[in-house]
Amino acid sequence: MKNRRVLAAAVVLAAATALTACASDGGASGNNAGGNNASNCTNTIPKKNLPVVTMWGWYPNMQLVVDNFNKQNNEVQVCWTNVGQGSDEYDKFQTAISAGTGAPDVIMIEMDRIPTFQIQNALVDIKKYGFDTVKGDYSEGAWKDVSVGDAVYGVPVDGGPLAMIYRKDIFDKYDITPPKTWDEYEQAAQKVKDAGGPLFGDFAANVSALTMALQIQKGASPFTYDPAQPTSIGVKLNDQASKDVLDYWARLAKKGLVGTQDQFTPEYISGVINGKYATYISAAWAPGYLTGAGVGKGEDSGKFAVAPLPQWDAGNPVQVNWGGSAFSVTSQAKNPELAAKVAYGLYADKESLTHGWTNQIIFPLNLKALNDPEFVNLKVEFFGGQQANKEVYVPAANAYKGVTYSPFGQYYFDAMTKQVSAIIEGSVTGAQAADRLQEDVVSYAKEQGFTVQ
Amino acid sequence: MTTRVGHAVFGRPAHPRFPSIDIPEPKMTLLIEKSAPRTQEKPHKVRGKVRLREHLMGWLFVGPFGIVFLAFLIAPLAYALYLSLFQKKLIGGTSFVLLDNYVKAFTDPSFLSGSWFVIRFSLVSIPLQIIAALAMALILDAVTSLFTRFSRLMIFLPYAIPTVIGAVMWGFLYSKSFGPLTDIFGLFGATPPDFLSSNLIFYGLVNIVTWQWAGYYMIILYAALQGIDPTLYEAARMDGAGRWQIALRIKIPLIAPALLLILVFSLIGTLQFFNEPQILRSLAAGTIGPDFTPNMYAYQQAFALANFNYGSAISFALGGIVFIGVYAFLFFTRKRRSFL
Repeated sequence: MKNRRVLAAAVVLAAATALTACASDGGASGNNAGGNNASNCTNTIPKKNLPVVTMWGWYPNMQLVVDNFNKQNNEVQVCWTNVGQGSDEYDKFQTAISAGTGAPDVIMIEMDRIPTFQIQNALVDIKKYGFDTVKGDYSEGAWKDVSVGDAVYGVPVDGGPLAMIYRKDIFDKYDITPPKTWDEYEQAAQKVKDAGGPLFGDFAANVSALTMALQIQKGASPFTYDPAQPTSIGVKLNDQASKDVLDYWARLAKKGLVGTQDQFTPEYISGVINGKYATYISAAWAPGYLTGAGVGKGEDSGKFAVAPLPQWDAGNPVQVNWGGSAFSVTSQAKNPELAAKVAYGLYADKESLTHGWTNQIIFPLNLKALNDPEFVNLKVEFFGGQQANKEVYVPAANAYKGVTYSPFGQYYFDAMTKQVSAIIEGSVTGAQAADRLQEDVVSYAKEQGFTVQ
Repeated sequence: MTTRVGHAVFGRPAHPRFPSIDIPEPKMTLLIEKSAPRTQEKPHKVRGKVRLREHLMGWLFVGPFGIVFLAFLIAPLAYALYLSLFQKKLIGGTSFVLLDNYVKAFTDPSFLSGSWFVIRFSLVSIPLQIIAALAMALILDAVTSLFTRFSRLMIFLPYAIPTVIGAVMWGFLYSKSFGPLTDIFGLFGATPPDFLSSNLIFYGLVNIVTWQWAGYYMIILYAALQGIDPTLYEAARMDGAGRWQIALRIKIPLIAPALLLILVFSLIGTLQFFNEPQILRSLAAGTIGPDFTPNMYAYQQAFALANFNYGSAISFALGGIVFIGVYAFLFFTRKRRSFL
């Protein structure tokens, strides 16, 4: 009896120690699994004796890009993981920043997020690490988008010049030519509707970055921020231009000329495939995204074309961007100089770039590709052989001037979604929504300790 | 809903064949403890030694659970409480603010409207789920045929589907392009309702939650019904009671403790509403904002806006609301319950 009890006690004790051992083990590997651990890469590192830089990114051809880099480089190797796209990755990165550990050395982020992470000191200024050697590879506008003041927090990879993708079959059927201005866009929409045609476009609540770009096109400049005075920020979300753009889309939606479906949803994609929308105002990466989602492969194959973004003033065209992404070095990088080398070199070799643009995975910002005649003259299959780069995207990218983004991008975009949703619901006008947005974002900025000008 | 609590109803069998819920487990252990010393008629000194050893054994057995409980429940809770007393700003860093975050939460329109939403949602969806579960349980209990076993399984099946998958599935069923609603309403030449629009999302979610949980509650009630001594029915029938009277006067009063139990489960689960709206958000971000329910708002603050402090404060504030709600409920029903 006694022996049994001792035995039982021993078993329990052993089990308990095993459990705690598990727990501490789990904790340790959990810490590293975040990003710093070079042992769990998605890719295989060919030159094992070289130092390793970890990175997160979600380009669909990332595996190939990393392999190309590792093959060509004799100084450093990249260990890559895909931790999710957009918000999924940002939430993980944000958590790693708060935790102070777990972030990778290099991270792919959209340019409009750079100030958000920069203000938390999560990114490294890479200007001191060989910036001059690659400066000439990108345009001024591209550099501005990855800079805060004079400091550079990323290497541009992918751009998002906006254009109007449209359905040739619908335009032919209703006898319309691509509208050059937003007034013509509205008239064309009315004409299609009167003839019993489909919706002309889509005004969605969940694409705040697009709505912001369209406001900027009319002359809005939502944020002014000088990193020399990091505690003060200018917020101007309810100027006339911002109000006008919201009112314009509110009117189109109210008249039933455009839909109000959230984008990047199966519902919206099926609408695009079935010709429910005559146009899709979107960025240069859209054809790649649509192809990946199954658009242009069935009956709708070859029915798409692209035209320049409609303008408010045809005499003074303004080009704007939606999205676009860059490689940044995080402040958790063990060796920032080495990490900067990766950020500069990854996706900058000809082979990777060519694979990227031929498969429409990126719209390259690297001038080596942007000026490559092969790229410029490419007959894009998605657009039925149209020379989309030459006619539309390259001129738009070249005319793009860059934007100052806000250091609280996530909050601003969520607040915008809320207001656009209220417009769609019909409870506020565009102008009222702009006023509320201003109030909301200003109070958040103040709460976060900023002086708002 | 986030919590799944199971198997709490099956106590000591009162009847050889059926589990009963009338006598709770704690009383049983109490009984054993009391009776244990009585059986051992030994001198005081020896008993003391035995006691000590028994205590030691007790701690050893509780140990593994205790460690896990402390490490994974108490410690995180304490840490969250600690975090909630600080404020972190983008400019100016972190400072100790005591209860400022709580003051802010209870004046924050996002938190208040989210809380109001889950309270309204509870008031509508919980009675619906329980009435549906009760009706199904009574029918399955009264009718015996080959079909009952199959029906029982089918009604229970939605609970076996993970909430995330269930939400995605309903998202597609509600879709105007993929779902059946367009076809069904099209037959009558009507436009289908859009359950993902801000007007109807409430009912869309009520439907999903009822679909998912009514079957589970049905099983609990059904088990309770099976535990009723059949001689009671016989006696009632001899006294001239009909089927309806047996159901209303005997079955329902006897399973009242089980009904209260599922009410508490569903109240806690619904106030912590998270999974379904969070999933549907990817289909309808305009309709379902990041502050749709308090739990979602806490998640958003902590993981998207890097404000762990305020996120923790919201979690605790929600915990307070849940505690008050459940406590008030238990207080008003204290005479009836015997399960806690």
